[in-house]
Amino acid sequence: MQGLLRGLVYGGLIITVLMTATAWGMWLERKLAARMQSRIGPNVVGKFGLLQPVADLMKLLQKEEIYPIGADRLLFDLAPFLVTTFAIATAAVVPFSADAVGADLDVGILWVLALGGLMVIPVWMAGWASNNKFALIGGMRAVAQSISYGVPLVLTSLVAVVFTGTMSLSGMVKFQIAHGWLALWPPGPGVIAFLLFYMALLAESNRIPFDIPEAESELVAGITTEYTGMKFGLLYVGEYVHTMVGSAIAAVIFLGGWDGPFHIASGLHWMVIKTVALFASVYWVRWSLLRFRSDQLMRLCWVYLVPLSVGLVIFAALWRHFVLS
Amino acid sequence: MSANLPTAIPGNSAAKISTGGHKLTAERQGDLMVINMGPSHPATHGTVKFVLTLDGEMVEDLDVHIGYLHRGFEKMSEQGTWQQVLPYTDRLNYVSPLLNNVGYVLAIEKLMGVQCTPRAGWIRMIISEVARIVDHFTALAAGALELGGFAPFLFGLEARETLYPLIEELTGARLTTSYTRIGGLKDDLPDDYEKHLMAGIDKALWCLDKMGGLLTKNRIFYDRMIGTGPLSQEDAISSGCTGVMLRSTGVDWDLRKHQPYLYYDQVDFDVIIGHQGDNYDRFLCRIEEIHQSVSIIKQCFAKLPAGPINVGDWRVTLPPKHAVYNSIEGMIAHFKLVIDGHQVPAGEAYQATEGGNGELGFYVVSQGNGRPFRIHVRAPCFYAMGIVKKMIVGHLLSDIVPTFDALNMIGGEVDR
Repeated sequence: MQGLLRGLVYGGLIITVLMTATAWGMWLERKLAARMQSRIGPNVVGKFGLLQPVADLMKLLQKEEIYPIGADRLLFDLAPFLVTTFAIATAAVVPFSADAVGADLDVGILWVLALGGLMVIPVWMAGWASNNKFALIGGMRAVAQSISYGVPLVLTSLVAVVFTGTMSLSGMVKFQIAHGWLALWPPGPGVIAFLLFYMALLAESNRIPFDIPEAESELVAGITTEYTGMKFGLLYVGEYVHTMVGSAIAAVIFLGGWDGPFHIASGLHWMVIKTVALFASVYWVRWSLLRFRSDQLMRLCWVYLVPLSVGLVIFAALWRHFVLS
Repeated sequence: MSANLPTAIPGNSAAKISTGGHKLTAERQGDLMVINMGPSHPATHGTVKFVLTLDGEMVEDLDVHIGYLHRGFEKMSEQGTWQQVLPYTDRLNYVSPLLNNVGYVLAIEKLMGVQCTPRAGWIRMIISEVARIVDHFTALAAGALELGGFAPFLFGLEARETLYPLIEELTGARLTTSYTRIGGLKDDLPDDYEKHLMAGIDKALWCLDKMGGLLTKNRIFYDRMIGTGPLSQEDAISSGCTGVMLRSTGVDWDLRKHQPYLYYDQVDFDVIIGHQGDNYDRFLCRIEEIHQSVSIIKQCFAKLPAGPINVGDWRVTLPPKHAVYNSIEGMIAHFKLVIDGHQVPAGEAYQATEGGNGELGFYVVSQGNGRPFRIHVRAPCFYAMGIVKKMIVGHLLSDIVPTFDALNMIGGEVDR
């Protein structure tokens, strides 16, 4: 009974905080992008445009819902819902501090990877159910991309698992508090693993330069082409939440989670700072770079990322065997 | 299966996908998909429709449908006087209207046997080059945007927004300039215009540097551009491509150099040519041509003579207002020009100028009265539309975007 209550409270808390954070994450992105491009960005709704996400939400809620002719209504409705659900569900195992964790699973990293892998199914559903060729191509690209980038994602997580000897996310943070952050400590390989992990994560959440599933100049809007109103909003939010949670997970696995630099003032706030910094860096990349072509994306993954991550796993195993023990 | 068969025939054929240096081969496994890209699609600037036959992501066949922006320019031109056609020319290539203005009046002056004053000629060169810079900036910026680069796009537009107010200062309008007149110009340069323009150009060049910094050596951009949209010299020549499209394939052909009009034979500039005719070459050509245009503008200002901007003949240019109001001759000359139009001798003339995208030619036919009998525009983009299929078929869907951007199709010019 106590477990149920705890789950409800933490679940509710995580969803509330995460959705709010995501909404203002969008505001932050727009402001950052504007800053980078010598623009002002949203500044009309509220002070500094801070109420812009609310205005956007209100607009989306008022939009008419349109079903394309020949659409598979059930899948069409289900897809945005599932995208957001899976994205939020990932957050359940993220340890925001030593105590603030929804469910401290022994196999937390597995949960994260499994849900991340599942994300592709609703995306493909959206592409298929729309009965639109642009959406279909977008969906196919998303599947190809997600499956390919799942491989380096799993392999680089494996690096962390091999180093720390645990699959629990909070266990990983505790190991890092004891030994040093994985991104820094075996100097070199750690940071490479971190970058690869982050890259694969970007690809899974479809951000530029990996946003080919919705390349707007080629595929109109990819899988979201036929979506209107809040269903479009949910697909959109799902991606942002995925990016946000992904940043949090990268912070946990490679940047020491709630541990402060030199153990200074460890706590929840460090986790927030790291997550926001990573989240912002995603948008730094997103607004600076261009879009890959699908075959170049695949080549990058299979020719460079996968062999490199295999090498890192081997290195991690050797390091664990000879240095740590 | 023979290699010569049209690639759109369904069946099992090995298809080569060019991926910029790396060759992949793929066996077709299923049916082809026909997809309509356009007429209203983010990648089709203005309105053009591609009917694509896709094998997975590979373009097997492409059918270009133009004509969505047809306004009947050439027919409309036959309704008014020669001078009344000028505002229509603003709307041809709406990115560089000044070039159209200049091209149009040069054709009529050729038919009338009128030579504009030296000062007007040099000013026409200056505004042509400003328009060319704006045109190239727009093409570069749009290309970057559609590859996902929003920052380079904004730098490109920033440059354009620096130059548009300068065009406005000169002509009174950002886009609908209508600056030239048969036998001269609407007005002389405003005070201190050289200083203003050079400051604006410096700012634009700064933007160009920023844009180039984000793109030229960007690995992703390079991979997207190099080897895509290939165009051979033979194809470029046989399809009638001119301008950047032709020069990117290595053909040394620039009307300013090889058929000089105005005073282009008195300025020193280089013809920028590429060597393999792909999108990257076209991108670099545009960037370099901006630098060349800037150099031309500087030389023009250095050589700009003083003097009148309109020829003194009242049968060609409107008489000054004091003459209109105070003398019977001026009054009649004004009336005749406005109501009857310029009396262009019967005959025909073709004047080609180097437009933003290539040879912009006006072919004018007169029956010896004040209204055009026929006006035809040789729009550079129109000819590129004929070869675009060859540049895209056999490449990936994503390659359409950079190819079409580097081609810089302007709907208003193609469809007229």
